[in-house]
Amino acid sequence: MASSPSRADSKTPVWNDPQAAPYINIESVTKKFGEFVAVNDVSLKVYRGELFCLLGGSGCGKTTLLRMLAGFEEPTAGRISIDGVDMAGIPPYERPVNMMFQSYALFPHMTVEQNVAFGLKQDGVPKAEIATRVADMLNLVKLTQFAKRKPHQLSGGQRQRVALARSLVKRPKLLLLDEPLGALDKKLREHTQFELVNLQEQLGVTFIVVTHDQEEAMTLATRIGVMDAGRIVQIGTPKDIYEYPNCKFCAEFIGNVNMFQGQMIEDEPDHVRITSPELEGTIYVNHGVSAASDAVVWAAIRPEKIQLSIDPPEQQDNVTRGIVKEIAYMGDLSIYLVQLATGKMMRVTQPNAYRHADDITWDQQVYLHWHASSPVVLLE
Amino acid sequence: MITRAEVPHPQRRSVGVHLLLRFLETLPPYRWTRARLVQWGVTGRTAVIAVPYLWLLLFFLIPFVIVLKIGFSETQIALPPYQPIFAWTQERILEIKLNVGNFLYLVEDNLYWRAYLNSLKIAAVSTLLCLLVGYPIAYAIARANTTWRNILLMMVILPFWTSFLLRVYAWIGILKNNGLINNFLMWLGVIDEPLVMLQTDFAIYVGIVYSYLPFMILPLYTSLEKMDLTLLEAAADLGSRPWKAFMQITLPLSIQGIVAGSLLVFIPAVGEFVIPALLGGPEQLMIGKVLWTEFFSNRDWPVASAVAIALLLLLLLPIALLQRAQAAEARSA
Repeated sequence: MASSPSRADSKTPVWNDPQAAPYINIESVTKKFGEFVAVNDVSLKVYRGELFCLLGGSGCGKTTLLRMLAGFEEPTAGRISIDGVDMAGIPPYERPVNMMFQSYALFPHMTVEQNVAFGLKQDGVPKAEIATRVADMLNLVKLTQFAKRKPHQLSGGQRQRVALARSLVKRPKLLLLDEPLGALDKKLREHTQFELVNLQEQLGVTFIVVTHDQEEAMTLATRIGVMDAGRIVQIGTPKDIYEYPNCKFCAEFIGNVNMFQGQMIEDEPDHVRITSPELEGTIYVNHGVSAASDAVVWAAIRPEKIQLSIDPPEQQDNVTRGIVKEIAYMGDLSIYLVQLATGKMMRVTQPNAYRHADDITWDQQVYLHWHASSPVVLLE
Repeated sequence: MITRAEVPHPQRRSVGVHLLLRFLETLPPYRWTRARLVQWGVTGRTAVIAVPYLWLLLFFLIPFVIVLKIGFSETQIALPPYQPIFAWTQERILEIKLNVGNFLYLVEDNLYWRAYLNSLKIAAVSTLLCLLVGYPIAYAIARANTTWRNILLMMVILPFWTSFLLRVYAWIGILKNNGLINNFLMWLGVIDEPLVMLQTDFAIYVGIVYSYLPFMILPLYTSLEKMDLTLLEAAADLGSRPWKAFMQITLPLSIQGIVAGSLLVFIPAVGEFVIPALLGGPEQLMIGKVLWTEFFSNRDWPVASAVAIALLLLLLLPIALLQRAQAAEARSA
C-alpha cells in the first residue's frame, strides 16, 4: 500500500543495504524524567524518504522520542544526528525538522493562511514567495477556499490539513507527526492515510509518525518500530512485524494471536514439535528454532491462519477440536471463538468466501487445523 | 410579584384561609392587578430578572439623576446648598429652572480642563507602568508550577486584606525626607542630603501603581494561564525564536487580559483622590481632588455635581471599550 520510492526502486530496501548512510541516526538515546525512564537506550536508523512509524501503547516513550527529534527535550544520554549533523544543543527553531502536533496547535488568532505562512515569515522569506508557497500548499491540501478562516471555524479534518500544510510549507528534511489521525473518524482517517502517503511520495520528505493505532502504522509505514516501556522491541516492515514477531509483546500488540505456552519435545534443525498443557495435540513447526530444548517457549498462531472444519481433516499434526462458543459476523469475514477441551479459547477468522457459508453454528464441534509454517515460536 | 393564584397547593391551607383567598380573588382590584401583570408579561422569570435591574435603578440610576439634578441647579447658602429646579409659581404653574452655568463654568475656567487632562495623563502613565510591571509578574505566575502559582496569587491578593488608606499612608513613611529610602541611601553614602520624593508626581505614580497593580495582574494572569503552551512549541518548531514567539503568539493571545487590566487600572485612577491627596503635592491638579474641594471646602454642590457628571461621561468611553473586549472574549471562547 505504502510504496515508498526506496521500496519501489530496488529489490533490496535501503535499510538492508549496509552501505547506505542513515538520514536520522539515534544512538543509544536515554531520556529520564527524574527517576522515570521514558526512553531507554534506543538506537534507530531511519533512511531518506522513509515513512517510519513508532508504534506502542500510551506511556511507551514514543512521543518523548519524537520530542527529542524536534528538540523539545534533550536526551539524558546518547546522540541524535540528522543528515550527519549532531543535534545536541540545537534548539527547535534551528532544526531542519517540522512537527505536526497531536492537538494540531494551530494559532487561534491567525487565519489559515497566516498559520501556514508563519514558518516562512520566521525565516524572512520574501513576501511574494510566501504568498505563492502558501497558496500552493493550501491547494495541495485542498483548503484554498478556507484561507481566510480562523481555526475555530474549521472542522476537525480541515484543521488537521492546516496543521499538515503548516508543517510541510517549510519543506523540512524531516516531518514528525504525533498521532496525526487520532482525532478523525474512521472514514476520514482512511482517506487521510492515503493522502498522507501520496504527499510523502510527492514531496520526498522523510516522515516519522508516532501512533498507538496498529492499523494506522500498517497502512502508512515503510517500516515500523514497536516500542514498549521505553525500548524499541522490534523494527521491521509491517509484514515482518505481523508475520515474524520477535517477541510475545509484538505478537500480541499487533493484530490478534492465539498464544500457547509450552515446551519443545522435538528440536531438529528442520522442524520442532511443541507440547502445551493448553492444547490436546502437539504443534509441529516446519523450521528449526535455536533454543535450549527444555526452554519454555510460546507458539503464536494468527486467527486467520487457522482453518475450521466439521469433518476431521486428513493431516495428523496441528489439529485440535473444540466447541464454537461465539460467532461474530463482520461481513467480509467471521470471527469464531472456539473453546478447546482444555478450556482454552481460540480465536479463528474465516473469510466469508461464499454467501451461504452458514454450516458452522453455535455449540457445534469443529476441528481446527493449520499449516506447519503458520505458528511462530517465541522465546520471550 | 408572585400573584396569589400562582401559590401552589391551596388545598393544603386550612379551609378558612382557602375560602377567604378564593373570595379575595373574586374582588375587582385583585383581578384587575392580575390581568394587568399578565398583560405586561410579568411572570416569575421576569421577576427574577428584575432584581438586578431594580438594584441598578435604586443604587445607580436614581443617585445619578439626583446628581444630575443638582448639577443643573444654582448654589445658595442654605440647607441643602442648592436651589430646587422644580418649583410651583403662585399661578400654580410648574416652573423648571435649568442652570447650565455650572457646566459652562467647567469649560470657561481652565482649572477644570487642566485637572481633567492631568488626571488623564497620570492615569494613562500609571496604567502603562502597571502593565510593564504587571505583565512579567502575571507571566511568571501563569508559568509557575501549581503550588507556587497559588502562593504567588495569594501574595498578589494579600494587600487587599489591609485598609487601602493605611497602605497609602505607609508610603509616606517610606518616601518622606527622613523616611526609609532616604535613610537607607544616606546610610549607604549614595546621597548626602535626602531626595525629595514625597509630594511629587513620582510619589503619585508609586502610590497608584502599587495600589492598582493587582487589578492589572489578575486579568493578565487569567488570559496567560489559559494559553495552550504547545502553541509556543509549534512556533519554535516553525523557526520562531523565544522572543519572537512571545511577540507573535503570547502577546496577541493575551490582548484581552491587557485591555481588561488596563481599564481596571485606568478608570479608577482617573478619579483617584486619596493617593494624590496624601502623596502628591498641593500644586498637583487632579480631578478627584478638585471634586473634593468643590464639595467640602467650597460647598458648591452644583459645580461638584457638574464635575462628577463630566468625569462620568469622560469615562464612559473606556467602559464601553471594556465591554466590547469582554464581548469579543465571550465570542471567541
